[in-house]
Amino acid sequence: MAETIINTPSAEKPPRYLALKRYLPSMTKIVAGLPAMGKNLGITLASMLLFLLVWQLSSSYLYGVEAESRIQRVLEEQGPAEAAKMEACIASGDVSCKPNTLPSPSEVLNAGQLLLADHFVISADKAAFVEKTAAVNAQRKAAGQAAITYTGRPSFVDQIMTSLKTVAVGFLIALFIAVPIGVLIGLNENLRVAFNWFVQVFKPVSPVVWLLLVFMIVKTLTLGSDSDTSFLISAVSVGLCSMWATLVNTSLGVSSVNQDYINVARVLKLGIVKKIFKVILPSAIPLIFTGLRITVSVAWMVLIAIELLAQSPGLGSFVWEEFQNGANDSNAKIIIAMFVIGFIGFLLDRMMYFVQRTVSFT
Amino acid sequence: MSTPVIELRNVSVWYGEGDTRTEVLHNINLKIEEGEFLAIVGFTGSGKTTLVNLMTGLLKPSAGEVFYRGEPITGPSPERGIIFQNYSLLPWYSVYDNVALSVNQVYPDWPKAKRDEHIRKFIDMVSLTPATDKRPGELSGGMRQRTSIARVLATDPDLLLMDEPLGALDALTRGNLQSEILKIWSANRRTAVLITNDVDEGIFMADRIIPLEPGDRSGLGPEYRIKIDRPRDKKALNTDPHFKEVRTEILNYLVTLAEASKAERNESLELPDLKPIQPGTQSFSWLRRAS
Repeated sequence: MAETIINTPSAEKPPRYLALKRYLPSMTKIVAGLPAMGKNLGITLASMLLFLLVWQLSSSYLYGVEAESRIQRVLEEQGPAEAAKMEACIASGDVSCKPNTLPSPSEVLNAGQLLLADHFVISADKAAFVEKTAAVNAQRKAAGQAAITYTGRPSFVDQIMTSLKTVAVGFLIALFIAVPIGVLIGLNENLRVAFNWFVQVFKPVSPVVWLLLVFMIVKTLTLGSDSDTSFLISAVSVGLCSMWATLVNTSLGVSSVNQDYINVARVLKLGIVKKIFKVILPSAIPLIFTGLRITVSVAWMVLIAIELLAQSPGLGSFVWEEFQNGANDSNAKIIIAMFVIGFIGFLLDRMMYFVQRTVSFT
Repeated sequence: MSTPVIELRNVSVWYGEGDTRTEVLHNINLKIEEGEFLAIVGFTGSGKTTLVNLMTGLLKPSAGEVFYRGEPITGPSPERGIIFQNYSLLPWYSVYDNVALSVNQVYPDWPKAKRDEHIRKFIDMVSLTPATDKRPGELSGGMRQRTSIARVLATDPDLLLMDEPLGALDALTRGNLQSEILKIWSANRRTAVLITNDVDEGIFMADRIIPLEPGDRSGLGPEYRIKIDRPRDKKALNTDPHFKEVRTEILNYLVTLAEASKAERNESLELPDLKPIQPGTQSFSWLRRAS
């Protein structure tokens, strides 16, 4: 007869997912904070309403000024009959004679809905295209030819995605350049002196000029290739513009490690590699992440300007095209883009803040 | 006589040069013998930390020489372990990792399991097993200092240096830790140096006490041998006539010196003859002359 084997767990270990709890706010804390949160929410909502009111009032005032000047001009150039016609036209709200000025909140909301609807139309179109070309593309692939890709107009959401991709690549470029250099110049006094003029002189350079510089270099490097370089140019420019905060903060963090920690490393005779990875870098991480957080904000901010100039797809070029084409809802779309840019920037900053809090020791 | 564990020969330390030169320690001569527990007492600012940094090798003397077992000290080394005044734990590591950092560094050849056992043994010795995975930020001052003690003792230093190890703790925790340090020390009786500003603590723990003169240009005062049998009882100490006598002597010595150095500073200083400048009354004659 076989013996029964009783499997007893030796020690109850808490499940691994419980370790995550450390990073999440506790329920009691949330409940205790509810009254204060409700109050803050109320204040925020009230100030938002006030903002909308001021916006509405100023847009209707500007609308009035614009309409007045339009009627006046027609009166002077074409006489009272035409002026009366123009007045009636404006009062009817017809698109052909709409005064072009700051759009009201409701107009902006409409434009937002239009953009979203447009996105669904375009993505349906894209899906249909992919389905239609699937067979042909399979054949072309088998024959070793390049696949046919969708070349239609990108939707607003596509533009947002492109911008996010650009800023992500730009941020990674900044990270991989600024952190290692920052650590090196933080460690060595001579290197710090050698780099100082460089940082001081190039830090304040405008994004536009960086773009031109990157353009000069990338243009020559990609000679002969017919690939689209505008994405590369804008990503590298974003990286170069935004890396300075990380560079300066990293070198500061590395060079200002508490002398007590350095003494511990000295007494233990830690080797240079161990000293950097076990003492200096952990101590500098809060400052490095402060730098990275600034870098993300700056990257997102300069991205719009750079896309606008580099003619690379994204939110920046969306804004520029809307400004150029002067359609009756262009202004409203620009305002929508403004809100989207602001909100994404806010989300990116929150994200970095969360990462910073998780990796810092305090 | 055998070579002293630490010997300071005509050591002086100063900062700055010329007029701004401040001498912290002046002409120190000291020999620390094998297995003894030496306490150095002094007021804050008398150069106690400077003195202990000379022994660790973190600081080089401006004049004179420091020897460790007959060899001049060229730099710090784990065999002269130090318990820092402000604990100096690495805040991003847990208690275990803080101790592990020094154990891994000093015993790199040991198998992992042996190191782990060793680390846990020392954490247990300072009664911190429940807090093994906690970070210094989550510990009380006393627990932090215990971690720091475990970190140093786990490397089995040949000489144990303590720089006001209990200075930042409350009186109760202080008393407990004093007894604990003594208990751990008496297990293998390594040479130990305690730097403290508390004369009672010095007498309770040490075999020999040397006061450090207060103020700048500190030198060492006369040494006092403590002839109280170990293990010592803190409560009984208060009524011990020898304890009272030594305590009074050392306190008198320090206080008299402190008064004297204060009196020195009371000399009347001649003030520079300066006249205040009224705004708007300055003439720019030198400018006009130049043009």
